[in-house]
Amino acid sequence: MNKIVHKEYFSENVVKFVIEAPMIAKSRKAGHFVIVRVGAKGERIPLTIADADIEKGTITLVVQKMGVSSTKLVQLNVGDEITDVVGPLGNATHIENFGTVVCACGGVGAAPMLPIVTALKKAGNKVITVVAARTKDLVILVDELKQYSDEVIVMTDDGSYGEKGLVTAGVEAVIKREKVDMCMTIGPAIMMKFVSILTKKYEIPTVASLNTIMVDGTGMCGACRVSVGGEVKFVCVDGPEFDAHQVDFDQMLMRLGGYRDIEHEDMERLNCKLGE
Amino acid sequence: MKFEEERAQAWRVDLRATMKAKDRTEIPRVRMPELDAEYRSRNNEEVNMGLTPEMAMLEAKRCLDCVNPTCISGCPVSINIPKFIKQIEIGDFLGAAETLKDTSALPSVCGRVCPQEKQCEAQCTYIKMKKEAVAIGHLERFAADFERESGNISVHEVAAPNGIKIAVVGSGPSGLSFARDMAMFGYDVTVFEALHAIGGVLKYGIPEFRLPNVIVDVEIDNLRAMGVTLLTNCIVGKTISIEELKEEGFEGVFVGSGAGLPQFMNIKGEDLVGVMSSNEYLTRVNLMDAASIETDTPVFKGKNVAVVGGGNTAMDSVRTALRLGADRAIIVYRRSEAEMPARKEEVHHAKNEGIEFMTLHSPIEYIGNEKGRVTHMVLQEMELGEPDASGRRSPIPKPGCLKTIEVDEVIISVGVSPNPLIPASVKGLRITKWGTIIVNEDTMQSDIPMIFAGGDIVRGGATVILAMGDGRKAAAAMHEWVQSQKK
Repeated sequence: MNKIVHKEYFSENVVKFVIEAPMIAKSRKAGHFVIVRVGAKGERIPLTIADADIEKGTITLVVQKMGVSSTKLVQLNVGDEITDVVGPLGNATHIENFGTVVCACGGVGAAPMLPIVTALKKAGNKVITVVAARTKDLVILVDELKQYSDEVIVMTDDGSYGEKGLVTAGVEAVIKREKVDMCMTIGPAIMMKFVSILTKKYEIPTVASLNTIMVDGTGMCGACRVSVGGEVKFVCVDGPEFDAHQVDFDQMLMRLGGYRDIEHEDMERLNCKLGE
Repeated sequence: MKFEEERAQAWRVDLRATMKAKDRTEIPRVRMPELDAEYRSRNNEEVNMGLTPEMAMLEAKRCLDCVNPTCISGCPVSINIPKFIKQIEIGDFLGAAETLKDTSALPSVCGRVCPQEKQCEAQCTYIKMKKEAVAIGHLERFAADFERESGNISVHEVAAPNGIKIAVVGSGPSGLSFARDMAMFGYDVTVFEALHAIGGVLKYGIPEFRLPNVIVDVEIDNLRAMGVTLLTNCIVGKTISIEELKEEGFEGVFVGSGAGLPQFMNIKGEDLVGVMSSNEYLTRVNLMDAASIETDTPVFKGKNVAVVGGGNTAMDSVRTALRLGADRAIIVYRRSEAEMPARKEEVHHAKNEGIEFMTLHSPIEYIGNEKGRVTHMVLQEMELGEPDASGRRSPIPKPGCLKTIEVDEVIISVGVSPNPLIPASVKGLRITKWGTIIVNEDTMQSDIPMIFAGGDIVRGGATVILAMGDGRKAAAAMHEWVQSQKK
């Protein structure tokens, strides 16, 4: 089973969990994700693995409270078992010595970016990490990212931490300042879209890690399909990372919103229950 | 014992003498009692209600207990059909269930989902007499259900444990069938399942109204009782590699990882919200129970639902849509009804329930609203031309014949590709351009001697019973192979 051995609040809505999952800890690499289900009536949701400890047999997940399933997960405590954790899924990040790499992450995207930053640094890259969020409370893992980044630039929409501005402003500042060979981006789809538009302008190869709706997560349902270079690709088995310049982010955004109305109703129901 | 010897046993000889063959053939084929179409189309209750003992015993009389039981050759798992039917005729229902279990891992499942009209029943002597075949499928279901409901569920005898560890990838029909036979031979069998539930397509695919989960669970418990270990949430090729399995002492691996990515038609608007594969739709409803208000997984409950395709999965999807409250649930199929691959019974049930059939139509575009939700589909009318490679007359578009219909949900059920996980993770495994694993057809052994495979991962898309047949064949061959390695 998958017992929670550590829980830490990064902010009111962002929680870090360390979970017993020895086999996954052993086989996972940067970029991999797991499917998690809370309770027998729970939904299967994909979460990118933020870290792992082979000796302790644990993996780290960072969860932002968004909908019903993430709210239920965030309510679990140390000692609780997570009903199902399966993985590692997807393809590992392609790591090599690219030269200078800008890692642009937004919100909880900093968590899955951490192992990528670590691997890139170990492969000899110069790593500049741009961490962005709406406000200071939502900026996470800066100290950890600093360990393996040559530089960390913090951007907040409201200027409460680091520079005021969007992630793209931070990335563009670096591009204007020095030669960038590669960009990696993880965050909300809308953020990755604008990072992609920016780096395309400067012709910098860019990889985006997509987080679409999934049901089984093992290459069966097709819910996660995206258009990459005009072809249908499945995030769970072909991804989750793709050439950002080829991804149709508008289509992805449209599909991500597909269940919003139903989710909203479910969330209201959950809030009622919690209020009781 | 051989079929002929069993047929020559005194009780069979005496039983044959109790009634003239001519009188037997005069009995009309039994009709399966089913729930009222109007009633059942709004709930998930099983449509077929099963035969009563009286109905089963009368139907069993029809079987002529032929010298040459061709029905057996029509069965992918070679059930001793005349024997179990004659056991039903004398009222030995538990004995009949025993006979089924000699060769079938999932008798109550097969009695429900096998396309008998293309297999055992197609080979029945009655067909040659231009009469309706003996209702072998209904009788199979009867015997298996009788045993389950009696509470006297027998656990099939297993050989003394030989301590040899065998891994099974996937807990669908082929994997379970393989696991059972290997357990009977005395192996230490572990089944690795990627999802959180055991049963594969029997759980995520086939709906409750056709195959209730509780029936699948009883068969699974029976495997456990035979000593098979079943592990969920473990993906061979991801969580653990085949190399690691080898290091842990597994000497043989059977891959029954099943269907994978759904096929789409690559037409405009297929990415719209509300257009999805039947794999997704059925998984949400069956595995995740998404239609219930108690569960967290969402599912669209469309009012105008079109299902594209003519197979069993298409029928399952369209009938599910009706049960989730659709006002209009339509099958859109590019050929005519005669070419539909679905079981006849499913088409018949679907029609009774009020499913509309738009045959000789094929979608060419989907249209959506400003939110990206599908609202209409454009259909091309088709006509039948010359037979194609499949032997079926191929559909060709009728020029200028287009129509647009209103839909708020479209389910694409035009086939699947094999699951890509194992082929992608095992070096040296030879696969076809479609992604299926290449095996020796007689042994189901792959190019890597310790790896055998069967079901959809080899066939690309087949039936439960063909997958089970593969599992049995692979078990027999792996048993022989493992033993030959020991010498």
